[in-house]
Amino acid sequence: MAVLLIAETHGADLATDATAKALSAAKAMGEVTVLVAGQGIDGAADAAAKLDGVAKVLKADDAAYAHGLAEPLADLVVSLASGYSHIVAPATASAKNVMPRVAALLDVMVISDVSAVVDADTFERPIYAGNAMQTVKSSDATKVVTVRTSTFDAAGEGGSASVETAAGAGDKGLSAWVEDKVAESDRPELTSAKIVVSGGRGVGSEADFKIIEALADKLGAAVGASRAAVDSGFAPNDWQVGQTGKVVAPELYIAAGISGAIQHLAGMKDSKIIVAINKDEEAPIFQVADYGLVADLFDAVPELTEKL
Amino acid sequence: MKVLVPVKRVIDYNVKARVKADGSGVDLANVKMSMNPFDEIAVEEAIRLKEKGAVEEIVVVSIGVKQAQETLRTALAMGADRAILVVAADDVHTDIEPLAVAKILAKVVEEEAPKMVILGKQAIDNDMNATGQMLAALLGWGQATFASEVVVEGEAAKVTREVDGGLQTIEVKLPAIVTTDLRLNEPRYASLPNIMKAKKKPLEEKTADDYGVDVTPRLSVVKTEEPQGRSAGIKVGSVDELVAKLKEAGVV
Ligand SMILES: Cc1cc2nc3c(=O)[nH]c(=O)nc-3n(C[C@H](O)[C@H](O)[C@H](O)COP(=O)(O)OP(=O)(O)OC[C@H]3O[C@@H](n4cnc5c(N)ncnc54)[C@H](O)[C@@H]3O)c2cc1C
Ligand SMILES: Cc1cc2nc3c(=O)[nH]c(=O)nc-3n(C[C@H](O)[C@H](O)[C@H](O)COP(=O)(O)OP(=O)(O)OC[C@H]3O[C@@H](n4cnc5c(N)ncnc54)[C@H](O)[C@@H]3O)c2cc1C
Repeated sequence: MAVLLIAETHGADLATDATAKALSAAKAMGEVTVLVAGQGIDGAADAAAKLDGVAKVLKADDAAYAHGLAEPLADLVVSLASGYSHIVAPATASAKNVMPRVAALLDVMVISDVSAVVDADTFERPIYAGNAMQTVKSSDATKVVTVRTSTFDAAGEGGSASVETAAGAGDKGLSAWVEDKVAESDRPELTSAKIVVSGGRGVGSEADFKIIEALADKLGAAVGASRAAVDSGFAPNDWQVGQTGKVVAPELYIAAGISGAIQHLAGMKDSKIIVAINKDEEAPIFQVADYGLVADLFDAVPELTEKL
Repeated sequence: MKVLVPVKRVIDYNVKARVKADGSGVDLANVKMSMNPFDEIAVEEAIRLKEKGAVEEIVVVSIGVKQAQETLRTALAMGADRAILVVAADDVHTDIEPLAVAKILAKVVEEEAPKMVILGKQAIDNDMNATGQMLAALLGWGQATFASEVVVEGEAAKVTREVDGGLQTIEVKLPAIVTTDLRLNEPRYASLPNIMKAKKKPLEEKTADDYGVDVTPRLSVVKTEEPQGRSAGIKVGSVDELVAKLKEAGVV
């Protein structure tokens, strides 16, 4: 069994955490070659080569791959696909964009958001917002899989794989990049943070979200939000945790002013310890919280920030 | 231009899914079903493009059981012009994989020749997030997924996408595939007069065989289980007690 793992990149850098977690899943399927595609990615390719358990790194350095556009990237992956039994990527927004396209070009099904590898053909994945776990077996010749990173530990360093150059596969120009609006932040990334502090509609405004951010900064945590908070403009879209946002499983998840709708729980219920702060003692979030505090968040959150 | 909007009938998002006792899947008998929320957003976007004069005709299509008719009528009541139902299963529990759905949709696109297909980014039942990208691949079209803004400019569309770090804007040549994210728009409710009018709008019925597409699944279900539950912990009486508990647990 040979696996082609598509590395996640941020600009020219390797997104090490997401890639290393997907690598852990990929290793359970066979010998792993990592594809690093982008522009000016020598450093990213070298970083991938150092990950423990990587047999080889393929580097595709071309302007066509600089912004992760799905069409040229899918063509590249398909051009390299023969000889691999599995094509794997972390279930990030960019892989979710590309991998189904790869699968359809290969005339196989994509298996999205895999949470466990049972064997080389059999995978477990959550469905219905995580209200059911389904184990599916694929009869396709090539398995195209995206991996839910929150359920795998990151592979360590210690590898010394060779780096080879892969030829590009051209660009038909179906789409073109215009701009990225990426917020720069010193906070840890939401999906890999050890602690996440999230605010919901109960926070009430963008200005008041500062009290959530202050607690997060005190703890060195990432900031998350419910969909209601994002839709109301209190928080940017990339903070949304849930079925249709990001899935997180930190050591500690603090939810303030969040009611605990199933769509939100789908994104955080695998956290190790959940703390809920809500003024409504009937709020469903308390049913999953290890420690619940019935209180007004405007009192409790600043007090917590002060006392930690 | 013409826009095609595929809509899926799924479990209503307010209903908690229950796993069937035999582990074969989720129980959908006598459960409230609705249009996939992302597809409501897709229909709404098509209607807004029509209201702006960028679109002349909106065709909605659903693939599945006969009851998906209701979902199509909802889309017609919102403002779509015409509907196609592709009957591909008789049991609500047999669902069709995104690859097969995309293959049928590709045939519908061949016949209807739309300039844009707007799909939901994911169906809230299987959460695959795949059909739009697969359809784009089969047609050799460009794709703009997870859209939070769509502007049609001549022979291209400028689309802002929700990505992990924030937002990305791309320009995609038409014809193209667009998939909707949550913040693209807020779908309208169908008014009673429009619900009545929708009953007279054309709804054509086809079968998967009409398109010569093999819908045999590539994945087989080994088992379906309830996830491991989390039980409620304790209520703490004060911030001090909370801090003490967190220190005890070693997480702060
Ligand atoms: C297709 C679809 C996808 C969705 N995807 C997601 C998703 O990915 N993520 C997500 O989060 N949601 C998602 N949702 C939305 C979800 O159903 C809920 O609407 C949402 O999670 C509610 O957010 P909330 O808990 O912040 O708001 P609310 O439900 O309004 O809860 C606010 C809470 O704040 C408490 N509160 C108010 N004031 C205070 C105060 N001063 N102090 C303490 N507590 C206070 C209230 O008691 C209440 O419990 C989705 C919905 C649909 C239909
Ligand atoms: C053996 C087996 C058994 C299964 N059993 C069940 C089951 O019991 N119950 C169940 O619900 N699923 C079941 N599935 C899953 C199912 O086959 C597909 O995975 C699922 O229908 C497609 O994934 P999705 O809806 O998440 O697509 P996504 O790719 O997430 O959908 C994205 C968008 O594509 C469009 N779209 C998708 N499907 C349709 C459609 N049919 N008509 C029109 N537009 C559409 C919509 O615009 C939608 O928003 C089973 C799968 C297998 C292999």
